[in-house]
Amino acid sequence: MAPPQASAAQSAPPGPDGPQDPAAPPAPVLEAVGVSKRFPGVVALDDVSFTLRAGEIHALVGENGAGKSTLIKILTGVHRPDEGELRLGGEAVSFHRPHEAQQAGISTIYQEVNLVPLMSVARNIFLGREPKTRLGLVDFRRMHRETAELLGGFGITTDPRRPLHTLGIGTQQMVALARAVSVRARVVVMDEPTSSLEPREVETLFRVIGELHGRGISLVYVSHRMDELYRICDRVTVLRDGRLVHTGDLRDTDRVRLVSMMLGRELARVRKEAAEGHDDGRTPAAEPVLTATGLSRRHLLDGVALDLRPGEVLGLGGLLGSGRTETAKALAGALPLDGGDIEVGGRRLRRISSAAAIRAGISLLPEDRKAEGIIPGLSVRENIVLAALPRLSRFGFVSRRRQDRVVDIFVKRLRIKAASPEQKVGELSGGNQQKVLLARWLCLEPRVLLLDEPTRGIDVGAKAEVQTLIEELAAEGLAVLLISSELEELVEGADRIVVLRAGTVAGELTGGDVTEGALLTVLAETAPDAVPPQGGPEADAAPEPGAADVPDEAAAPGAGDVPEPPDAAAAPELRKEEDPR
Amino acid sequence: MTSFALPRGLDRPRIADALQRYGVYAAVLALLVFNGVFTDHFLTTDNLRTQLVQVAPVVIVALGMALVIGTEGVDLSVGSTMALSGALLPLYLGYGLLPALLVALLAGVVVGLVNGSLVSLVGLQPIVATLALFVGGRGLALVIADGQLKQIENTDLLSLGTDSVLGIPVVVLIAGVLAAMVAGLVQRTTFGRQLVAVGGNRKAAALAGLPVRRVLIGVYVICGVLAALAGVLATARLTASDPSSLGNLMELSAITAVVVGGTPLTGGSVRVLGTVFGALLMQLLHATLVTHDLHDSTAQMVQAGIILVAVYVARERRAR
Repeated sequence: MAPPQASAAQSAPPGPDGPQDPAAPPAPVLEAVGVSKRFPGVVALDDVSFTLRAGEIHALVGENGAGKSTLIKILTGVHRPDEGELRLGGEAVSFHRPHEAQQAGISTIYQEVNLVPLMSVARNIFLGREPKTRLGLVDFRRMHRETAELLGGFGITTDPRRPLHTLGIGTQQMVALARAVSVRARVVVMDEPTSSLEPREVETLFRVIGELHGRGISLVYVSHRMDELYRICDRVTVLRDGRLVHTGDLRDTDRVRLVSMMLGRELARVRKEAAEGHDDGRTPAAEPVLTATGLSRRHLLDGVALDLRPGEVLGLGGLLGSGRTETAKALAGALPLDGGDIEVGGRRLRRISSAAAIRAGISLLPEDRKAEGIIPGLSVRENIVLAALPRLSRFGFVSRRRQDRVVDIFVKRLRIKAASPEQKVGELSGGNQQKVLLARWLCLEPRVLLLDEPTRGIDVGAKAEVQTLIEELAAEGLAVLLISSELEELVEGADRIVVLRAGTVAGELTGGDVTEGALLTVLAETAPDAVPPQGGPEADAAPEPGAADVPDEAAAPGAGDVPEPPDAAAAPELRKEEDPR
Repeated sequence: MTSFALPRGLDRPRIADALQRYGVYAAVLALLVFNGVFTDHFLTTDNLRTQLVQVAPVVIVALGMALVIGTEGVDLSVGSTMALSGALLPLYLGYGLLPALLVALLAGVVVGLVNGSLVSLVGLQPIVATLALFVGGRGLALVIADGQLKQIENTDLLSLGTDSVLGIPVVVLIAGVLAAMVAGLVQRTTFGRQLVAVGGNRKAAALAGLPVRRVLIGVYVICGVLAALAGVLATARLTASDPSSLGNLMELSAITAVVVGGTPLTGGSVRVLGTVFGALLMQLLHATLVTHDLHDSTAQMVQAGIILVAVYVARERRAR
């Protein structure tokens, strides 16, 4: 989220107060020795060794399909290795199920928090080991007290009686972490924990990670975000195509080298190509293909207006909760509006629905790939042709031959890696799933393509491919709307950026102004004046008032970088927006 | 997950996968072989004919049920729909078979429209939405028929239940043709593919511009019409319209056939041939146990066991 601050934080990895003891003997806590795992048709891991030392934060990186997930699943008892062994504290162990790994002190925090949303915070933390009164009933008073103490230890003050789902995802993750700690975990495995967090929540997470580090707990940290890795991790293991590529201190490995190890190719060239691609000037047409005015929806959008020209990439900037996703959904007819007009090619859309928008040539690549995009049980082929079915049919019957032709074209063009078009889409890596979804929309030959976080959660290689593809599509005359939380991606990809705040257009950057600095300035300008009127009175409604002190603490090691103020200051406002839903 | 060592490539999920895919066929085959060896007069044309005739209405209802379950729904009202169409038949038989048949099928359409609208427009859970007509449909049927059993004397209708073409009973032929049509619908048509997509991920289907509501209503209408047709055929075979008992527990037989046939209750997949064999399996199993002098209640318990296996297998497969 905030790339520039990483360089400053790099020097002090675990946080200010975490007792660092570099002198301590690096005894291994958890080891995988010569582990191999095969699945039908693929070798997921090939003779991989992994050593987690006591008290270290170990980054595990690799492209999608490199074998990270498989390795994690082996470490946490979900899978058993075909060859090789696991050692815990030097002794060979064999977990038959995840529960056994947990009992041995290995806790896992997944991307999607796996707790019980309707139960209270306290019940979640004590799930399965509730304290009992003498009568054998659950001792709620003790449970609540201990929960409050435990969370307080992490600087989280939230009511232990609150149902978990009423908290923000970030706080839920803290609860998951607290639970991991309270079951006396020795090892905590975190699989892309920050992918759905707001910047401020990330700060809190890092503080808690520092806390765990201080208690001598070892962490395995999986993330695609370089900044985070360099900020908090001690060592790194790189996997590629199921093989171990590198293990070593992160400090001795610079970013370019790390990324090129992950990719297995020269990074410099990728970067250069991308930069050149961006610079060779496309000339967007003068007439907009899409014009939206006054898009409004209670609590979400308040009169958003924008236009999109063929051949341009329009970036949609803004912090989380500013209405970016809602704007895209509104344009695609997927969000019922209270008011507003959408014109495509000079024609006003009368009934706004997904089907109408698609007919008018607007396609939306949704933010949540799993929930709103893929149909996991269907094949790659069926997922690609889904929206185009009526066009591939005659008298209601679908032509298999026409399907195959379309699928063949897009599998090749987007380089979708699947065993065959008949493979289930749920079995593909995130990057390939995203390409399948892109193919679904491209085979409709849209005029306007709305991309909501098209590169989130996909590996570096696929990311570069998708970014290049966006450039190509725009060059072919498509109008592209790009939403991204990564400033860099937005600035590099977009010709023009419209910045949203609280559901309205807060500013627009064009031409030479499309820079990270300018974007930050707009974000920073707009944020503060929104906070005071809204922030104060309902402090108890905010999920974690305790986290309000984050900026001060975080500012210490970060030495007050430029991007810090907007993120931190805007956060309370964003939270408020999210809460009522 | 595996608690014992198995050769590579033969772990439990894969076995479960194969079981869910081919288990029904193997089980039907095994039953036939068993009966060929141990049961006298089982593999005779007469007996097999009887079995097929008896299973035909279940197959027809189960076909509709499979479609509904493919959209992650369920239709509890099929038995009542049968009763409703059975009750309407004698009222219109005076005009001839065709008008009476059309009225009966129209009742199925109406039931389907109500169910489908409750599910897709109102947004009720399918199990609750169809519960309304499960209760109300039979009540309405009893009101229409005045609570009475009515003898059928229309020879055209009766011949539907008794005639054969080339030695195959008409009822069986109809079930077979319908099975082929439904299979074609699922595999080949836009509607069928959209149905499966809606069942697999409704949100994604809606965002992809699929006519989700239309698909859902269509599915319940098809299910209603098939149930109404089954009601007509069952009435023809019974030679009487009996709204108080016609189609009783049919919803459960149909769901059983679908589940045993390997269609997951979570939607996103419809197995038509499996459903047909699921119905066959339950029918043959029942016949086998009864001919071996086991009591009806024993047969029911064995059937329950099979359902549990089917559901367990489906769960195990998903756990992958």
